[in-house]
Formats: sequence, C-alpha cells, structure tokens
Amino acid sequence: MTTASSSPTRLTAEEVEELARKKDTKNRWLLASPALIIITLFAAGPLLIVVLYSFLTAGDYGNVKWIFSTKGWFSVFLQYDIFDDTLQIADAHLSIFWRSIKLSLLTTVLTAAFGIPTAYFIATRPLSQRNLWLFLITVPFWTNLLVRTIAVMELIRGEGVINNVLLWANVIDQPIQMMFTDFAIAFGMTYVYLPLMVLPVYASIEKLDFRLVEASYDLYANRWKCFRRVILPLVKPGMIAGSILVFVPSLGAYITPRVLGGGKNLMFGNLIELQFGQGRNWPLGAALSISLMVLVMVALLYYVKVSGGDDNEHR
Amino acid sequence: MSIAKLLQRPFSVKRIPGFASIAIFTFFALYAPVIILVVYSFNQGTSLAIWEGFSLVWYQQALQNEAVQSAGLRSLFLASVAATIATTVATMAALATTRKKPFKGQTAVYTLINQPLMVPEIVTAVALLIFFAIIKVATGYQGMGYLIVAHTAFCIPFAYLPIRARLQGMDLSLERAAADLYATPWMTFKRITLPLMAPGIMAGFMLAFVISLDDVVISEFVKTPGQETLPTYMLGQLRRVVTPEVNAISSVLLAISIVFVALFFFLNSRRN
Amino acid sequence: MKHKLLTALSGLALVAGSAAAQAEGQLNIFNWGNYTNPDLITKFEAETGIKVTITDYDSNDTALSKIKAGGHGFDIVVPTHGYVPIFISEGLLMETRPDQMENFKNVSSTWVDVEWDQGRRYTVPWQWGSTGVVVNTKYYKGDINTSAIFMDPPDELKGKINVVPEMGDVMGLAIMYHGGEPCTDDKVLLKKVRDSLVAAKEHWLGMDYGNLEKFAKEDLWAGVNWNGSTFRMRLQNENVAYGYPKEGYILWMDSVAVLADAKNVDEAKAFQNFVMDPENAALISAFARYSNGIDGSEPFMPEDMKTAPEVVVPAEHAGNGKFVLACPPDVQALYTRIWTDLQK
Repeated sequence: MTTASSSPTRLTAEEVEELARKKDTKNRWLLASPALIIITLFAAGPLLIVVLYSFLTAGDYGNVKWIFSTKGWFSVFLQYDIFDDTLQIADAHLSIFWRSIKLSLLTTVLTAAFGIPTAYFIATRPLSQRNLWLFLITVPFWTNLLVRTIAVMELIRGEGVINNVLLWANVIDQPIQMMFTDFAIAFGMTYVYLPLMVLPVYASIEKLDFRLVEASYDLYANRWKCFRRVILPLVKPGMIAGSILVFVPSLGAYITPRVLGGGKNLMFGNLIELQFGQGRNWPLGAALSISLMVLVMVALLYYVKVSGGDDNEHR
Repeated sequence: MSIAKLLQRPFSVKRIPGFASIAIFTFFALYAPVIILVVYSFNQGTSLAIWEGFSLVWYQQALQNEAVQSAGLRSLFLASVAATIATTVATMAALATTRKKPFKGQTAVYTLINQPLMVPEIVTAVALLIFFAIIKVATGYQGMGYLIVAHTAFCIPFAYLPIRARLQGMDLSLERAAADLYATPWMTFKRITLPLMAPGIMAGFMLAFVISLDDVVISEFVKTPGQETLPTYMLGQLRRVVTPEVNAISSVLLAISIVFVALFFFLNSRRN
Repeated sequence: MKHKLLTALSGLALVAGSAAAQAEGQLNIFNWGNYTNPDLITKFEAETGIKVTITDYDSNDTALSKIKAGGHGFDIVVPTHGYVPIFISEGLLMETRPDQMENFKNVSSTWVDVEWDQGRRYTVPWQWGSTGVVVNTKYYKGDINTSAIFMDPPDELKGKINVVPEMGDVMGLAIMYHGGEPCTDDKVLLKKVRDSLVAAKEHWLGMDYGNLEKFAKEDLWAGVNWNGSTFRMRLQNENVAYGYPKEGYILWMDSVAVLADAKNVDEAKAFQNFVMDPENAALISAFARYSNGIDGSEPFMPEDMKTAPEVVVPAEHAGNGKFVLACPPDVQALYTRIWTDLQK
C-alpha cells in the first residue's frame, strides 16, 4: 500500500491517508473491472431484458407482446382457480419451490459430508501429490453429464450393481427400489456437484498451518474439539463458497432430477423452463426467475454481512 | 500407494479419524460409475445397460462420426478458452476484493460477480438469445465468439469463489516484507502472491473448465449453425436413443484428461 | 508448460474453426437431434456438391424461439405439424411451393391436403408417427389398446408406469379418454381430466424421455410412448408391445420447411425435392424408425420395419388417430396450469 505522498502542498496525516485510500479504491475497482465488464455485458446486462419481459403480456405462441401487464408477477404468488375463479395462493409454485429448497439443502449437506473429509485428505497429502489428487476429483467430470448420470443409474437400478452386491452378500433378500426416488436425486446431485464443494474447501484448508493444530492439541487434547475449534473456523470460507456453488445450481438442476428421479415432480428450474417452453408464458417465467434471483441475492448479501469480518486483514 | 497403507498411517496431528476412510470411499464412489461407463463403451450391442459382448464397434462408429468428433473438440476448445479467461479475470477480481479493508462498493462487486450463479441457466440463455440475435443481425458475425463470451461469463463465479476462499485470511506480511526489501510490485506479485494463490487458482480453473465442459442449456440457445458441443449433441439424442457411441467419446475424453494429468506431472517433477 | 498449452489450444482452435469453413453451395439444416441419417446427407452432398451443416434442437419451442429471435443463420427447419401454422403465421417460413417440385408426385395422397399446410405450399413430409401406450405383455395380459393403461392402470402395472413429459400429447390422450376433443375449453371436462390425471399419477413411477433401457430391462412395464421408440424397445425385449388407444391416440408429422430469411434458398429447395425421392425417404425412415409419407419408399425400407405393427398401423386402429394443431393461447394457458398442478 502506498503511504508516501509526493504532493508539493503540505497535507495532514488524515488527508494523506484519505488520498491513499482513494487511490487504493480506484486500483481495486480497476483490478476487478475485467470480470465485472464481462459479467455485465454477457450475463447481468441481458437479464434486464428478462426484467422488462416480466412486465409484458405473454405472446400467443411464446415470446411476448409489447403491452404492459403485471399478470406475470401476479401469477407467481396468486392465481384464480381454473374452475371456479376464486382467488387463491399459487400453491403449485410454492410447493415446487419448497421441494427444490429441501433437495438442494440435502445435496449441500451430503456434498459437505463427503467433500470436506476428501478435501482435508487431499490437503494433508505431501505437497508433490496434492495436485494429482485434486485432478483425480475432476477427471470423472470430463465425461458428459448425461452419460455420467446414466452410469449412476446403472449403479442404483433394480438389477444394478449396488442391489446385486447387497443381494450377493445377503444383506437384503429383495432388490431395494432406489431409482425414481428422492434418494436417487440427492445421490445423483451429490455425485454431480461434489467437485464444487471439494475444490473451494481444499483451497482454504490447504493454507492451514498445522503448527496451529499442534498447539491446539496441547490446549484441547481432544481430536473432535480440535477439529471444531481450530480447523473448522479456518475452513469456513471454503465451506461457504462450496455451499453456495452447490446449493444455487442445485435449485436449477435439470437433467439429474429427470433421469434419476423420473421427472414426476418439477424442480424450480424445470418450472421456469416449462414457462419458456411448452407453457408459452414468458412473462411468468421471467417473473419466477427474478423472484428466485432476489431470494438468492438476499441470502448471499446476508452471508457477506455475517462473514464480512473475514475480509479484514489478519495480523 | 495402497489403500491399507493410507489408512494405517502412524499418529499425526494431521490425521482426523474417519476422514481418510470417507475420502477413499468418496474416490471409490466417484469412479464406480466411470468404470461402468468405460466398460459399456466396449459393448457390442446398442444399449447402455445390456451387455452383449466385447467389441470396438462404437469406437469405430465414433471415429467415423464427424459430428460427434467435432462436437467433442469444440467442447474442449471452448472449455479451455473460457476457463482461461474466466480464471484470469477472477484472480484479479479476487485480489481486489480480499485481504484489505472492504472498499466502497465491494459488496456490489461481490454480488455482481456471483450473479450468474443466481439465475437458472434457462433465463440467462433466453436473455442471451435475444441479446445476441440483435448483434448477429447487425454484424452478420456467426463465429465462436458468442459461445466463448457466454461461457466465460458464467464460469467467472466458479473460478472466483475458490480463489477468494484461498485468499481470505491470508497474510499480507510476506508482501510487506518484499516491499520493504524494495521489490517492485510486479516482482512481489510474481514471486510471492501468485505462488501463495496457486492452489486456489488451480482449483478455480479446474472448476471453470468442467463447468464449461458440461454446460448444455446456454450453449443450446447461443450456438450458431454447426456449433454443436458435446452436451448439446447429447441433449438432441435424449428423446431418441442414446447409444454407447457417446460412452466411447467420453472414454476418449477421459483418456485425454489422463494424458493431461500425466503430462502435467511429468513437467512438474522435471522442474523440481 | 504454458507454451505447450498454447500450442495445444491453437491446434484445437484450428479444428474447431474448420467446421465453419465457407464452401461453394452450402446448406444449414436445423433439425431434431439424432434424427438425420448421415447416409442421407452424404448422398445429398455427392449428388449436388452442396456442403451440408446439421445443427440439432431438442424441442419445437427451442427451435421456434431461436428462429424468431433472428440472426440464426439456418436455411431449413423440421417442425412438427402443430407448429407449422405458427411458423407460417409469424412469417418465418418461405413459400417454396413443393407442390410444383419434380418429386412431389411421390408424396402419398394422404399427406397432400393436410390441415396444417393445405396443398403443401411450404412443407415436405419428413416422418410421421403416433403417441400411444406401451405395455410389457409379460406382466399384463389384458387389452392394451386403451389409455386406461396409464389413466386408470390395472393393478399389475401400478408403480411401473412412465409417461413422456409431452404436455400436448398427454393432455390430448387424457381428454380423448374422457370423450372430449383435444384443445377443448370445456371446464367441466377439464376438471375431470385434471382430477383423474392427479389420481393416476399416484401409480406412475416416472415422467421422462429416453427410456429404451428401462423398458428393455423391465424397470418399467408400461406407459405413454412414441411408436418408433417402442419399436426399438421391442427389438431388445420381445415382450414390449405398442397399443393404439381406442379412445383416441395422437398422430404427428414433422415436415421440412425453408426459412423466410434463408441465405441458401436454391440449395434448400433442392433438399426439399431430394427428400421426396422414395429411396431417400427410405433412408430417413431406416435411421429414426418412423414412416415417411412417400409412396414407393417401402421396397427400400429395412425388412424389420415392413411388417412392424408399431410402424404399419393395423387397419382396425387406423381411424382412432388424431392430428392436433397448436391449441389457442387461452386453452394452452389452462393446460399449463393443469400440467403444473400435476407435477407440483
């Protein structure tokens, strides 16, 4: 950080600091700007079109008519009964949303349960091996998502590998129905999203100083306590990053719930997709997606506020 | 290294009971479907689930199928370019948003960078479809540029979050020391900051790469004539019949990734 | 390391770019995925010297959205019959007059004066088929030519049923099961349809596409499915049979059309003419396993298709099939609501 000032006029210490801070802020905005420009142009900016569309009238065969309407927003939360025209809450949307949240939470918990130990394991390998293990996490993901999901299906189907092994070992005497259940969806999504948890957690565990752990043994002596009091706080940033990366895309997951869950029940992503596709109600689709975005954004901002302390310099 | 040996390490402060077992199980679970996938790529029959004997027919088929080959290569090219750009700009952004007192507007920066995560893909896809259509009509350009920028944009948060997690709580004292020793800012960055960040950058790049490699909905809406990627090619097959040809292609991709890994370690170990 | 990576990348870039290389006389076809026989394209390229690029879509709605947005760069699209009037009314198709083309004489008289394109002024038949029911006859011995298979399933099949998530087709089947006309706005009937669908869903296992393996391996025993897809299932498991519901089943036809803003109009017209040739039409059918609507193509068809009851509609069921055009927007909105209620 620049602290010297070559300014010819005399400045008080506060003014120097103020100038330095301004310069620093400018530099940091500059540093962040390429990422911001790309996202603004090719992700966030075009979304303004979606915001606009949510206030228009649905076109007869998809797309929109340029007539102002709040019907899209109205039908996110409320609806007239199809048959007796009474006003009611859009319970279908709510229950689909609730199911998505539940499944995404379950997926996040499962990826954390398997991902954190895995990340920890990788981070405690000798330095020369760590990247190899890390690569091994991502290698399966070079295969196509759909083929991979079909392969998962092969594991859990009625006559699949798991059932056959369990039958052979006499653990069960009849195949367990795993396909087309919520278990299958959670299992599949955990499989698909695992690297999104392992990699960020690894990135933050890897910097962990094991002298701290050693010191903690002297203080706590107990492994579990040591994990909770020393290691967990240090890996928290990675865990939170991983949870965001798993939770949010899970909400919009599309292929896995269909192939493994049988697609009988919609997820929130499918519901939005339906409005832009067969349902031909783009304004409702737009309004639903903005609602989701606002909810996620609020959660994210809350997280930034809560974890804000971590951003400050450590000494 | 044998599994048994991994599990029976002598007492170490690094060891947490059960963690190694869970990790080994995770790796095992991760590779079980992949093994199935590779096995079925050698299936003689047309099914992904009914074994009818060993044959290389699907590899021959894939070798003759120009569409699936070019889709595979296009996916690799796209993922490499998008992940490289995304990781570069995400690294810069992560440096700007960590380790010092938050600057004015930092929360806004953070929110904007993570924006692509917050909406389901279909929404970004529709928005980009409309936006790019305007550009296509105005310029007549139909090249790979659209897919590259679209992929770069949604890969940025996937690269940014691991890098940020790495930097959080990391010490500035080494950099200060370097500056005190009159190292130029560039030297300090190259010799100290970058190596410290490397694991985060590595993790970010790999995430961005596989995310791009798997993307289907945005690619489907953005692609111009002939720009099939492997996932969009697969999506088209979903309604009809999926044959082990795709397994063959996936196995080839797996092999490529393993060659990459081997190459990387060969170069790495020589440098050390 | 960096240099090697760059070299590898530029090599990839060359390969990726070459596909878009400009050639004299080219044609950009936008078609359903895994639907175009590569042999058909090779033959077309050899005969005409035109370079063809195929790009896939996964649904009529995706195709419509992309083409309507503009700047798409495609010359030919292959929409399902119900979408043809939409494409025409939105001004997206070119009136190429296939009816005046040389090979038009081969088009079966059944497929000339069709509801969605009277006299074939825009489109040329590609393939047609039906949406009916599929049953594994090992597990159910009763009558399979009824929608009751999924609307009111026999006990043997409960819990082993899959319904393809095709809103229009499923709603159409369900409405006809209750004696109505597809696209009806009769609310009394629709209430019955919704309630019975919701009740029936209790007995379904899934709502998904691409179930060839699951039926072949008997994870699934019955459901709603397309004829050609069921034909492929039967080839892998002889117990699988296709039923034509007597209450009414859905017919569909995909047709080749030239886009209004096509850049390669002559090449596109040449392709329309090309697919009306019996030998070429047979190539189309041999690949995706549906009928094509061109007279004289039978001798060129694969043997197993000539007698397949899934492909050749048995005479007693021929009258029960129905082509459904796109429903009016307000009816479509009703159906979407019922569909969402069903899947909530």
